[in-house]
Amino acid sequence: MCLAVPAKIIDKKDQLAVVELSGVRRDVSLLLLPEAEVGDFVLIHAGFAMQIIDQEEAEKTNELLKEMNGLA
Amino acid sequence: MLEAKQDTKKIASFLLQEIDRLITKPVRLMEVCGTHTVAIFRAGIRQVLPTQVELVSGPGCPVCVTADEYMDMAIAYAKRQDVILATFGDMLKVPGSTSSLGEAKANGADIRIVYSPLESLEIAANHPDKNVIFLAVGFETTAPTAAATVLSAAEKKLKNFFVLSAHKLVPPALKTLLVDPEVKVDGFILPGHVCAITGEEPFQFLPEQYHMPAVVAGFEPLDILQTVYLLAKQIHDGRTSVENEYKRIVKKNGNPVARQMLAEVYEPADAIWRGIGLIPNSGLRVNERYQSFDAQVALPIEVEKTVKQTACRCGQVLRGLIKPTECRLFGKACLPEHPVGACMVSVEGSCAAWYKYGSGRYQYGTGNN
Repeated sequence: MCLAVPAKIIDKKDQLAVVELSGVRRDVSLLLLPEAEVGDFVLIHAGFAMQIIDQEEAEKTNELLKEMNGLA
Repeated sequence: MLEAKQDTKKIASFLLQEIDRLITKPVRLMEVCGTHTVAIFRAGIRQVLPTQVELVSGPGCPVCVTADEYMDMAIAYAKRQDVILATFGDMLKVPGSTSSLGEAKANGADIRIVYSPLESLEIAANHPDKNVIFLAVGFETTAPTAAATVLSAAEKKLKNFFVLSAHKLVPPALKTLLVDPEVKVDGFILPGHVCAITGEEPFQFLPEQYHMPAVVAGFEPLDILQTVYLLAKQIHDGRTSVENEYKRIVKKNGNPVARQMLAEVYEPADAIWRGIGLIPNSGLRVNERYQSFDAQVALPIEVEKTVKQTACRCGQVLRGLIKPTECRLFGKACLPEHPVGACMVSVEGSCAAWYKYGSGRYQYGTGNN
C-alpha cells in the first residue's frame, strides 16, 4: 500500500500540480508538499505529492526500473 | 544503458560479497513494509543472499492487518441504501467474519474504487443525497492523504463525506513484536515511505531501547542490498543505530507539513491488528474537532459480533513466526482468487507474494537448489 512512484511536475496551479508519469499526464495534490515547484521530481502516493526527489536520483530510479522491466 | 546495467551488477556483487564476509552466524532481518516484500521477491533478493541471511516479512501490509471487526463494519455500512463506500481496490476481497465487500458489491451495494482519497470528495459532491464513506486504511504514508482529504472536505463544507478510520502506526507494532518472546529478529529493514513522513526519530527506540540495528530502506534492488549490507555491518561491529539508506527521499525530519495535517485531524487510539490483537496507541481516530467527518460518530451503526472459525495462520505469518507455505491452507483452500486470510488478498501480503513469486532458495549461478 505504501507504493509510491517518482514523477516530474510540469505545471502547477495553487495546490494542484500536473505531473508526467511514463508519458501520461495526471493531476496530483500538493496539499502535503506545498513547496514543490514546476520542474521538481516528486514522489507520488495515492494522488498526493509526498516528497521532493533529487532529479539525478529520480532518473537513476527510472533507469533502474526500465532495466528491471527489460526495456533497456 | 549497458554500462549502467554492468555497474548495477558490479555493485550488487560487491555488496553480496561484503554481506557474506560480515555475517558469520545465521541472522533474521525483518522487512516491515509490504512494498518491500514484493520488491524483494520481484528482484529475487532472497535467492542471491548468503544462506545465513534470512529475510522475514513483518506486519507491514495495512490491508493484511485490518481486523475482521473493521471489515464487518464496512460491510454493514455498504449495505445501507443511503451510503456510497469509497475504497482502495485491494480492500474488496478482504474477508470479514462472514462476507467481504466484494460480495456486498455483487449484491448491489454501491462501492466505488478510488486511487486517491480526494476522489471520494467528487463522489460526495455529485451525490448530495448520499453519505459517502471513505475506508481510511494505511500507515503513516497514507494517513496524511486521508487527513488532507478531511481538511478539504471541511473547507468545501461538504456535509456528506466521512472517513472510517483503520489507520495504523508502525512503531507501536514493532515494539509489540520485540517484547513477544516467540519473535526472533536481528535487525529491521525500515519502511522508506513511512519514514518519508515520520523521519527517523520515531524509530530511535529500536537501537536505544532494544539494541536493534535498523536501516531506512528504498525500494530498488540495490537499495535493499545496500540496506542488508548496512545491517550486516552493524551486526558485525556489534553497534546499533538508525541509518538511512534512502536519503534521496527520506529527510531526517520527514515531511512536517504532512505530520501537521495528520495531527490536525487524527489522534492516536488503541487498535486491533489482525493476527496480533490489540496494540495500545497503534491506530488513529478522528479527533473531536473533526468528529462530524467520522463515520462512526456521525453515522453510528450496530454490527453483530461473530466469531470466525478458521485454520488460517495469518497471525503467525504477520509476526514472522512461520512461512506462508507452513500454513496448510496455503495454495490449496487459500488462493489469491479465493483468499481465506488477508495476507493472501493484497498483492503486498506475504502469502500472496509467496504464492506469486515462489519461495525456493536458489544458489545464484551454481544451479543448486
